[in-house]
Amino acid sequence: MTGAIVVEDVRKRYGDKHALDGLDLLVGRGTVHAVLGPNGAGKTTLVRVLSTLLRPDGGRAEVAGHDVVREARAVRSRIGLLGQHAALDEELGGRQNLEMFGRLHHLGARAARARAGELLERFGLADTGRKAVGDYSGGMRRRLDLAASLITDPEVLFLDEPTTGLDPRGRAEVWAAVRSLVGGGTTVLLTTQYLEEADQLADRISVVDRGRVIADGTADELKSRTGGDRIDVVLRDGGLLGAAVALLPFAGDGVSVDADRRLLSAPVTDRMAALAAAVRGLAEAGIEAEDIALRRPTLDEVFLHLTGGEPSALPDKDEARAGEAA
Amino acid sequence: MSTTYDTAREGNRNPGRTGGTGQPPHAPGAGVRLLSDCWTMTRREFARWARQPVQAAVGLVFPVMLLLMFGYLVGGGREVEGDYVDYLVPGMLALTMTFGLEGTMLAVTQDLGKGVIDRFRSLPMADGAVLVGRSAADMLHSTVGLAVLTAVGYALGWRADCTPGAFLGAMGLLLLFRFAMLWIGIHLAMVAGKPELVQAVQILVWPVGFLSNVFASPSSMPSWLGTLVGWNPMSQTATAVRELFGGPGGEPGHTGAAVLWPLALLAVFLPLAVRRFARLSR
Repeated sequence: MTGAIVVEDVRKRYGDKHALDGLDLLVGRGTVHAVLGPNGAGKTTLVRVLSTLLRPDGGRAEVAGHDVVREARAVRSRIGLLGQHAALDEELGGRQNLEMFGRLHHLGARAARARAGELLERFGLADTGRKAVGDYSGGMRRRLDLAASLITDPEVLFLDEPTTGLDPRGRAEVWAAVRSLVGGGTTVLLTTQYLEEADQLADRISVVDRGRVIADGTADELKSRTGGDRIDVVLRDGGLLGAAVALLPFAGDGVSVDADRRLLSAPVTDRMAALAAAVRGLAEAGIEAEDIALRRPTLDEVFLHLTGGEPSALPDKDEARAGEAA
Repeated sequence: MSTTYDTAREGNRNPGRTGGTGQPPHAPGAGVRLLSDCWTMTRREFARWARQPVQAAVGLVFPVMLLLMFGYLVGGGREVEGDYVDYLVPGMLALTMTFGLEGTMLAVTQDLGKGVIDRFRSLPMADGAVLVGRSAADMLHSTVGLAVLTAVGYALGWRADCTPGAFLGAMGLLLLFRFAMLWIGIHLAMVAGKPELVQAVQILVWPVGFLSNVFASPSSMPSWLGTLVGWNPMSQTATAVRELFGGPGGEPGHTGAAVLWPLALLAVFLPLAVRRFARLSR
């Protein structure tokens, strides 16, 4: 079997908790693959196994054609890793960090220096190269971290929740950087809690829960399985929710009503037609709406559809971490 | 600020890629790799000093401060044969080697906490280069520390009354002791894992440091305390060093203990530290 990443029945257990419980994954060369799941689903454990930081208890994993356990060094010289937290020497400057990692990749002094300069330039950090990383903003640190993981133009790049804790601008910067890699032929495996991020960046998405892949496919395939996009309508008068539901043409399966928030939410197939129908229908019936919006399903909704239940762990750590960063 | 990502250019330039199997063309042999990686880690330490010159200087000046404090403020009346400074300086050299443990521990916990060790482990570095590099950098740091303290001692009137060979032997014993402290430091850092626990060690180092013959001769202490102090491996090193320097407080026959104690500590803590490091992948 060929593929930039081949994972077969990989298992990893901590005490009696199965972080990875027979996970299978196949990622084609030069593609971007998203691993989507809530906290505790096993995403980080998977990345750590694939980047040779963690030895699996069972199963087999190959990255860039090499076994992650038996040929760890060969794997390491072909991968880049962006962990959840910036792994940088905060006392040193950006350039010093990149040069150090280049030397540890055995590029040689001159090549390491040249490469550091290129990467600083490319990530818009050229004028901050001398500043200590401890004084960088969160977004700058993340970009430098990404630059450090690209020292050797890796064949396979692992991004573990690359935008968690970043503001929208930082997120957009990281997304732009990831997109730019695709043209270079790099295979990217990224983990995320955000369906939108997976949708924006990835060719294929694997949804993981409790250490296994519970669904995979393209974003469109998954969306069609998970009810696709949704329309949210907030009414001025919550008492009219029932009337509004009966009135809207797309109402049917999957409609949810939240009386407290005066909100009704329904799956849609044709986004624009649904929006137009909602606006027209409500106006004709004289029902006042405060807000009408189209949106992607949330991770919770995806899980609800795929598992028929709540996610095993709710993505609440995320808010805590964003709070930390602020 | 404008951020541009030049995809086309990026696609043409692949310094690390061979496209097939096997090692990249620039992959050096294991020995060269280890040396090169250790040198890189040592350079990293230099760069940190250059970045934080005050912090680095404080680290060097702190033992000097202690030396001055005990030499002039506290130590005037110590019951030591001969000049107190000749007794104190070799003891302070030994104490400085012990305090090095804190620096090692702090550096390793910081790297663990920031994920820097994880990044190192994801690089094609030589086996053991992370730890060997750490110890190379710290040994260098301690050698500089020894030089500074020796120079200050000299300025205070301390003189080594010995051959150059004995002088170097004494320095060797001190650095051997530092090497043992270093691996204890790495091991404690791996066990503790968190910078908070470094503080506990930083406090505990003091009673351990003072329960020795660094500042006072055990003969001036109650007998049980003198015995305890005599057992302290640092006391053995200090006594052997004093003997080699030909100053007060030296007794013949301690060189063996000053060699064996650090070796025994190394025999325990070096494998433990290495095993802890290997277990990061579990």
